[in-house]
Amino acid sequence: MSLLKEPDLGTPAKAGLATVTIEVDGLPVTVPEGTSVMRAAALSGIEIPKLCATDSLEAFGSCRLCLVEIEGRRGTPASCTTPVAEGMKVRTQSPKLAKLRQGVMELYISDHPLDCLTCSANGDCELQDMAGVVGLRQVRYGYSGANHLAEPTDTSNPYFQFEASKCIACSRCVRACGEIQGTFALTIEGRGFNSKVSAGGTDFMSSECVSCGACVQACPTATLQEKSVVQLGMPTRSVITTCAYCGVGCSFKAELRGTELVRMVPYKDGGANEGHSCVKGRFAFGYATHPDRVLTPMIRESITDEWRQVDWETAITYTARRLREIQARYGVGAIGGITSSRTTNEEVYVVQKMIRAAFGNNNVDTCARVCHSPTGYGLKQTFGTSAGTQDFRSVAKADVIMVIGANPTDGHPVFASRMKRRIREGAKLIVIDPRRIDLVRSPHIEATHHLQLAPGTNVAVINAMAHVVLTEGLVARDFVAERCEGFEEWAEFIARPENSPEAVEELTGVPAEELRAAARLYATGGNAAIYYGLGVTEHSQGSTMVMGMANLAMATGNIGREGVGVNPLRGQNNVQGSCDMGSFPHELPGYRHISDDVVRGTFEEMWGREIQSEPGLRIPNMFDAALEGSFRALYVQGEDIAQSDPNTSHVTAALRAMELVVVQDLFLNETARFAHVFLPGTSFLEKDGTFTNAERRINRVRPVMPPRTGKHEWQIACEIAEAMGYPMRYAHPSEIMDEIAALTPTFAGVSFEKLDKLGSVQWPCNAAAPEGTPIMHVDGFVRGKGKFVLTPFVPTRERSTRKFPLILTTGRILTQYNVGAQTRRTANVAWHPEDVLEIHPHDAEVRGISDGDEVVLSSRVGQTSLRAVLSDRMPVGVVYTTFHHPVTGANVVTTENSDWATNCPEYKVTAVQVGLKNPPGRQAATRAEELLPAMAD
Amino acid sequence: MGAELRMEPRTETRTESHGGISPQIRMANEIAVQFHHQPPEEAAAAIAAHIRAFWEPRMRAELLRRAEAEPQALDPLALAAARLLRG
Ligand code: SF4
Ligand code: SF4
Ligand code: SF4
Ligand code: FES
Repeated sequence: MSLLKEPDLGTPAKAGLATVTIEVDGLPVTVPEGTSVMRAAALSGIEIPKLCATDSLEAFGSCRLCLVEIEGRRGTPASCTTPVAEGMKVRTQSPKLAKLRQGVMELYISDHPLDCLTCSANGDCELQDMAGVVGLRQVRYGYSGANHLAEPTDTSNPYFQFEASKCIACSRCVRACGEIQGTFALTIEGRGFNSKVSAGGTDFMSSECVSCGACVQACPTATLQEKSVVQLGMPTRSVITTCAYCGVGCSFKAELRGTELVRMVPYKDGGANEGHSCVKGRFAFGYATHPDRVLTPMIRESITDEWRQVDWETAITYTARRLREIQARYGVGAIGGITSSRTTNEEVYVVQKMIRAAFGNNNVDTCARVCHSPTGYGLKQTFGTSAGTQDFRSVAKADVIMVIGANPTDGHPVFASRMKRRIREGAKLIVIDPRRIDLVRSPHIEATHHLQLAPGTNVAVINAMAHVVLTEGLVARDFVAERCEGFEEWAEFIARPENSPEAVEELTGVPAEELRAAARLYATGGNAAIYYGLGVTEHSQGSTMVMGMANLAMATGNIGREGVGVNPLRGQNNVQGSCDMGSFPHELPGYRHISDDVVRGTFEEMWGREIQSEPGLRIPNMFDAALEGSFRALYVQGEDIAQSDPNTSHVTAALRAMELVVVQDLFLNETARFAHVFLPGTSFLEKDGTFTNAERRINRVRPVMPPRTGKHEWQIACEIAEAMGYPMRYAHPSEIMDEIAALTPTFAGVSFEKLDKLGSVQWPCNAAAPEGTPIMHVDGFVRGKGKFVLTPFVPTRERSTRKFPLILTTGRILTQYNVGAQTRRTANVAWHPEDVLEIHPHDAEVRGISDGDEVVLSSRVGQTSLRAVLSDRMPVGVVYTTFHHPVTGANVVTTENSDWATNCPEYKVTAVQVGLKNPPGRQAATRAEELLPAMAD
Repeated sequence: MGAELRMEPRTETRTESHGGISPQIRMANEIAVQFHHQPPEEAAAAIAAHIRAFWEPRMRAELLRRAEAEPQALDPLALAAARLLRG
């Protein structure tokens, strides 16, 4: 495709049913009420010159280039700020207008460097275009007057530069940072001729800027420009694809020059992001071409041997032969595999098919086990299917937004921007989190309630909220009576005094009155929507908590329309898809239990193989079975279990115990240290398939280059299966999707052809909903009636003790992604060179720790060292870290505790001790000695 | 950055973690406490159903073996569930 330039209609679309008809240069056009004259003209095909307006931002009216004449009105109003009125007659061209516009342009150009031919934006500059459009031929003022041509360029951001001399002070960047991103890092300083853009009085890198790039995209000139464009030149073609980082699933135009990727530009038509992105998706793609990428298959007999490069055929035959040998010796169930949430639906599907049909067992699990498996269990029990109820757009209709155990501004930034926009419009915010996340207080945002609960007490808090709703008569009786079952029993349970806010106050640390107020707000504040993350699921009661939230939403009738719902914010880009595709050992694609004979029969018929009717091993069970000796070989697709999974020593012991570990990944990761076969994987720039985001939206991932390894990942699985005696052949990934659609009712209407036509669809997509389903459970729940489930609070076994008096909780930050294998290989390290331990000043002081000290973090299972950062974001007694860097290996200290229903690990609660690593002087040394013996037992 | 990636981890681990409890016993007990609020018979049936739906056969076999060998290690409801699974 040649370079795609999306049309810019000047001002945003207006919703609303009422329409207005006007005439522009004699042409009639009908538009929604409130539309600007500029947009109406653009819709009728007439482009009015403009500089300060762009359709991603509200009109500002500062450049005066878009003047028009309106019959019966005096003067020449700006068309961007003038709304249409019935019968209006607009003239966009006249000698007077031409002169006025030329005058405006002349002023701009007289203070602008005239280096168009060598400028990085040549051909992509609106100032240049407008000079042509208005027919500017001469500049009368000369260039000798006062100007800004000597302003220095700010190159502090690793990805873009700010060349101040080219700035026309249109403020599009300032407005983009506020309106779209919601960070408000930029201001216009000064007035009139002296006005200039400022990143809060400092350079971009030292400012509040989060490097989302919205300002760069909005800038009409080369002032804010990607450094890659400066270096490589303007791109010449684009490919529409999907970000491979988080579960928001932003759509991008990958813009290339020849075969080189120059920049990623968020796509306005992308359903998930509508033209916005974060620093990861827009800028952090350099890992795909990083020299650390392994491009050739490798094998070795033992993990102490050197790797030996081999060709694909050798690697695949070797893998298949070893797998069959191990099965012959130890049984069919002695091998299994793990699918990845970073690969496409098609790649995941063929791996689970290879396992079920070629391996002949159900030992397939996915990395979602360690993040959102409780979502699957909890929402299936209550609503009937394992997915978020809303599309992202729905948040624009929410009146109360409750964020639980999620940090959207870091984890799901583009969704956070939508959410913040709605909060700025007046929606109320409730945050339930042990940590004071940025959302609690940031520019123009203030949470009405922050319930700063003790880690591990989610269920007690949500039950107490439900208790308030019930006992204060706030239940949506009609909704419950018509749509739900199990209410009476639940009501009896939840009304018990032990569930009252007062009863749990001491345990949870949440003041009862505040909790009551939050519950009342949720129940009575209009449309109330829950958004949650891993702070909900990664607990020993993760599944219970998911059901507790579902109960609360049903009890208040907050399900089944826009603006409400229960919504998981998924971590990795294709967590939803990998779960949908049958990666769980007990479920076939579409969340159907493996013991269902009818469903299994359809797969057996299509696949021509018998499928076992019993569930297989989950990831932690595989490790246990490996240590017991009955599980001997593992195929791992794109997942670094040795770094990302809890209790690292247990995991590595299990990996060591196996006879064959096959790793398929981009890099030699931590897990590969225990591998015998390494199969190089492809980056998202090479993949051809689909990802499904957290709102069930199936997006196309299109290759911008052929696989650098010479093989697509789906081909690898097919060839291993074939070498094991089970042919799996597809000419193209679209055929894999066709097979998925044929076997999975919720995907029945999905095909590459439809996705290419519609852009994306949200499942269920079938005969009943041929264009997909943005909002679920509208007229009834997927399971028929919504089911209230009793959710008693059972505390975790992990308790702080004398030896381990602090509670560690973990999370992620904006610029890094998961185990960091990709983002650590980009300039994003500028923001997060290492994992640090956030510790409350009080806890630090009693341990003699100052800001920046190296400290030892230890739990009953292991220890690691990292730098301490004093922070009062957590309550006293709670410390916090991230897990992006293998060198810190935060999971060395996390334990084997897991969610009772799904074995999702309890990352969010670990009893730990923290002490200085190199204590200065004797007194502190004694402290560390006190500490170290504690770690040894 | 390359150098940073090759750095040796600063970590240390201990093998002790489970306190010697078999994973099957630990997990069955974790499930059982979630059902303590229900009448024992219903609870045992629910636990058994959960284990049947989510546990691989060799894990169930190990649970049954342990239930035989060391019944005292199991929560009474988990033990009752194990009996149902056998039956
Ligand atoms: S990159 Fe994003 S956060 Fe930074 S100044 Fe631009 S719009 Fe604001
Ligand atoms: S930096 Fe660009 S967007 Fe911002 S005021 Fe200057 S020209 Fe306009
Ligand atoms: S990381 Fe997430 S929010 Fe950022 S661009 Fe990618 S999909 Fe969008
Ligand atoms: S585009 Fe209307 S005033 Fe600038």
